[in-house]
Amino acid sequence: MSMVNQMAKDRDIVSSSDYVLSAQDTKFVQSNSELSDTKFETKQMSFFHDAFRRFAQNKGSVVAGIIILFLLAFSLIVPAVSGQDVVNNEPYYAECLPKNPLFAGTGFWDGTKKVDAPIQQYISYQEKGQLVSGTKRDKDTTNLNSYYTCRYDTYIKGYAYQSFDEETYNALVAYDKTVEAKRRILFPLVDYTTYCETAFTNSFTRDQVEGWYKQNAYASFKVGANKQPLYVLDSSGDAILNADGTFELERIYLKDSFGNYVYSDRTGEAGAYSYACRINFDNYYIKTHGHAPLFILGSDTNGKDLMTRLAIGGRVSLLLGITVSVINFILGAIYGAIEGYYGGVVDLVMERISEILAEVPTTIIFVLFNWYLRNKIPTIVLLFFAFIFVGWLGTAATVRMQFYRFKNQEYVLAARTLGASDARLIVKHIFPNSLGTVVTSSVLMIPGVIFSESSLSYLQIIDLSSSGMTSIGTMLSEAQGAYTTNPNLIIWPALFISLLMICFNMFGNGLRDAFNPTLRGAEE
Amino acid sequence: MNSMLKYILQRVLLMIFTAFFIMTMLFVFVKLIPDPVTCAPGTTSCQSEIAWRKALGYDKPLLVQYWMYLVALFTKGTFGVGFKMYALQPVVDTVNSKLAPTMFVNFFALLIAIPVGLGFGIFSALKKNKWEDQVISVLVMLVISVPSFVYAFLLQYFFVVYGGGIWKATGVVNATTFAELFDWDVFVSYIPPILCLCLGTIAGLTRFTRAELTEVLTSDFMLLARAKGLTRAQATVRHALRNAMVPIFPMILGEFIGIIGGSLIIEQFFSIPGIGKLYLQSINSVDYNFFMYLSMFYVVIGLASGLVIDLSYGMVDPRIRMGAK
Repeated sequence: MSMVNQMAKDRDIVSSSDYVLSAQDTKFVQSNSELSDTKFETKQMSFFHDAFRRFAQNKGSVVAGIIILFLLAFSLIVPAVSGQDVVNNEPYYAECLPKNPLFAGTGFWDGTKKVDAPIQQYISYQEKGQLVSGTKRDKDTTNLNSYYTCRYDTYIKGYAYQSFDEETYNALVAYDKTVEAKRRILFPLVDYTTYCETAFTNSFTRDQVEGWYKQNAYASFKVGANKQPLYVLDSSGDAILNADGTFELERIYLKDSFGNYVYSDRTGEAGAYSYACRINFDNYYIKTHGHAPLFILGSDTNGKDLMTRLAIGGRVSLLLGITVSVINFILGAIYGAIEGYYGGVVDLVMERISEILAEVPTTIIFVLFNWYLRNKIPTIVLLFFAFIFVGWLGTAATVRMQFYRFKNQEYVLAARTLGASDARLIVKHIFPNSLGTVVTSSVLMIPGVIFSESSLSYLQIIDLSSSGMTSIGTMLSEAQGAYTTNPNLIIWPALFISLLMICFNMFGNGLRDAFNPTLRGAEE
Repeated sequence: MNSMLKYILQRVLLMIFTAFFIMTMLFVFVKLIPDPVTCAPGTTSCQSEIAWRKALGYDKPLLVQYWMYLVALFTKGTFGVGFKMYALQPVVDTVNSKLAPTMFVNFFALLIAIPVGLGFGIFSALKKNKWEDQVISVLVMLVISVPSFVYAFLLQYFFVVYGGGIWKATGVVNATTFAELFDWDVFVSYIPPILCLCLGTIAGLTRFTRAELTEVLTSDFMLLARAKGLTRAQATVRHALRNAMVPIFPMILGEFIGIIGGSLIIEQFFSIPGIGKLYLQSINSVDYNFFMYLSMFYVVIGLASGLVIDLSYGMVDPRIRMGAK
C-alpha cells in the first residue's frame, strides 16, 4: 500500500504545473546520427499469431474443434427443421426405433425390430398390421407352441380410443368416405356388454380387440387338456372361433337397431356432443399431420423425438457452457487483477472471500439457488447464475498469480515511470501475460459446466423441462428404466455428451499447448 | 517441531472458522425458505404437524433457533431430527446407519484404483511417447472426459445383458450393515459400482503419476544415478519413484478421506442405500436438518482432506518445512 501511495505522490509532482514541458524543450538525441544495428530479417510474429500457428499444427485439436462446430450446428438447426418439439408428445409412439426413409425395407435403420416371438405375439403383430416378415422357426405341426422369427414395424401402433367434438367427428366421417379401406380412421365399436369378459378392461385388450380374441383362441389351444381348441366364447356361449379355425369377428361389433355397425358413442348435450370412437391411430396421425410419424434417431419413452431432444439438450449445454465461461472470464479477470495489482489489505480481504466461497461444495450452491428461485425465474437462468456464483474463482486465482509475478518487473516500472496510469498498466502491460493461461482455463471450463449441468439434471436436482427445455442428463435419467431392452434410448445422448466432452477437452488441451511458450519449437 | 505444531494449530483453527462460517450461512439460507404447513381444507391432519413444529421451536425467531441448534450441537452433539423424511429420528443416527454401503463401495474402488493407477502411470512414464504410452494416454483422456454416468450405463448394460442374470438393471442388492455387505451375493452385486468408481480414480492417478515421474526421470540426479552405475530399474525405484511420490502420496491420502463422502451419481445410478442417496432425498424433500448436517459433513470432509494433504507433504518430504515463510 505504501508503494502505491508513493507512486501517487510521484505522479502529482510530475503533473504539477511547475514541471510542464513543451515540445521545444525536447529533441531526439539520435535524430541525425546513423544507427548501426541491423533490422530484423524475419517477419515479426505476435504471441497470439504464433499460438494460432502452433494450434493449427495439432491435428487432434483441430478435428475436435470441427466436431464441436458440427455439434453446435446440429443443435441449432435440428429443432428448426425436425418439426418436433420437446413439450408436446404422442405417448402412442413411445420407443420407436430409428427410421430413415432412404433405408425403407432394408432391415437397417428402417424402424423395424427383429424378434423371436411366440405365436400369440406373432398374431398380435399381424393383427395390428405391424408384421413386416415372419417365418416359423420350428416344425411344430399343431401351431401351438410355435416360435416365429419376425420383423415388426415399431411405428405401427394399431387402434386407440379417442373422443372428438362434433365438427372433427363429421370431418373424419367425410374423410373415411373418400379414402380406400385400409386408410380409414374410424372402426366399429365393440359390443362390450355382450361380448366382453371381465379381464377385458385394460387399454391394450380393449384397443386391440380382434388381436386379443385370436391370441386367446391360441392360448386356449395350449391349455386344453386334449389339445382341442377351446373356443373363445362370448357371454351368451356362442363361439367366435369356428371349429375350422376361422373367426367370426363381425359378431363382436356393436350394431344399431338396423343392423349397421356403430362407429361412435355420443355423449353430452346437443351442440356440445362428444364422440368416443375407435380409431386406427396410424391413419389418424397421417390425416392430422399429413405424414406418417418419423423419428430419425427413434423416440423416447414418452414418444418424443430423440433427435430433437438431443439438439435442445445440446443447445442448453452449449449455451450454458459458452456464456458461463465468457462471463466467468470477465469477472475472474477483473477480480484477480484488482487483488493482484493492489495487493495488501485489498488482497487479504478479497482472498478470504474467495477462499470461503471455494470451500462451499457446488452442489449446495445449486440446491440453494434452486430452492429459492425455481418458481421465479426459468431454470436455465437459475443455472446460469449458480454457475457464475463460484465459477470465476479459478480464473481470479490464475490472474492474481500472474499479477504478482509481473507487477514488480522492470518493464512495468518503466511504463509507470513514463506516466502510465493504473488502469493502463493493468490492462495493457500486465494482464496480457495471463491471457494465454486464462483463455485456456476458460475453454476447459466449458466441458466442466456441461458435465455439471448434465449431472445435476441426471440427479434430478434441477429440472429444465418446466421451462420447455431438456437436458442430456434428463434424457439419460429417463432412459434408466428401459435401456436394457431398448439401448437406443441411451446410445444417442451418451454418444452426444461424450463426444462433446472429449472434443472440448482435446480442444482445450491443444490451446494450452499452443499458449505454452516453453513447448515452442519442441514439436518441429 | 514447535513451528510445525503452531502451523498445524493455525490451520485447524482456520478450518474450524471456515466450517463455522459456512454453517451459519447455510443455516440462515436454509431456514429462510418459506415452508408453510399445508392443510387440506376441512381436515385436522396438519394439527399434529403444527404441534411438533412448535415443540421443535420452528416458530421462534431465526437467531433463537440458531442458538438452540448450536447449544444442542455443542452440549449433546446432535444435529436435530428428521423433518420431512425419517420424521423425528435423530439425523446423526440415520446418517451413521447409511455410512456402511458408501464406505464399502469407496474402499474397494480405492483398493483397486491405487495399485492399478500407479502401475499404469509408472509404466507409461517409462514408455514415454512409445505406443504403449499413447494408448494409455488416450484411454485416460476418454475416462476423464466421459461423464461417469455414461460409462456407468455402459458397464451396467454389459453386466445386465451378458451377466447371465446375476446383475439386475435396478441396481445393487439392498444391504445396510457391513455384515450384510460382505455376504457373497451382495458383494457380487456391488461389482459394477465398484468398477465404475475406480475407473475415474485410476485415470486421474495414472495421469498424475505419469506427469510427476516423467519430470523426475529427466532431472540431473537421475543421470548421476545412472552414471554411478545403477541399472535403469534400480535408479527408477530408488531415486525417481521416491521423489515422484512426494506429490502423489498426499493425493492418495486425500482420496482415502473422501471414502466416507462417496459419489452422488454412482449411488443414485446403482441405487446404493448410502449417504449420497440420503443427501439427494433430503434435497428433493427439502429437509432442513438432513440437508444441513450432510452439507456440513461434505464441507468438513473437503476441509479435512485439504488439511491432511498439506500436512502430509511435510511428512513425506523432509525438505518441505511446514509453516516456513
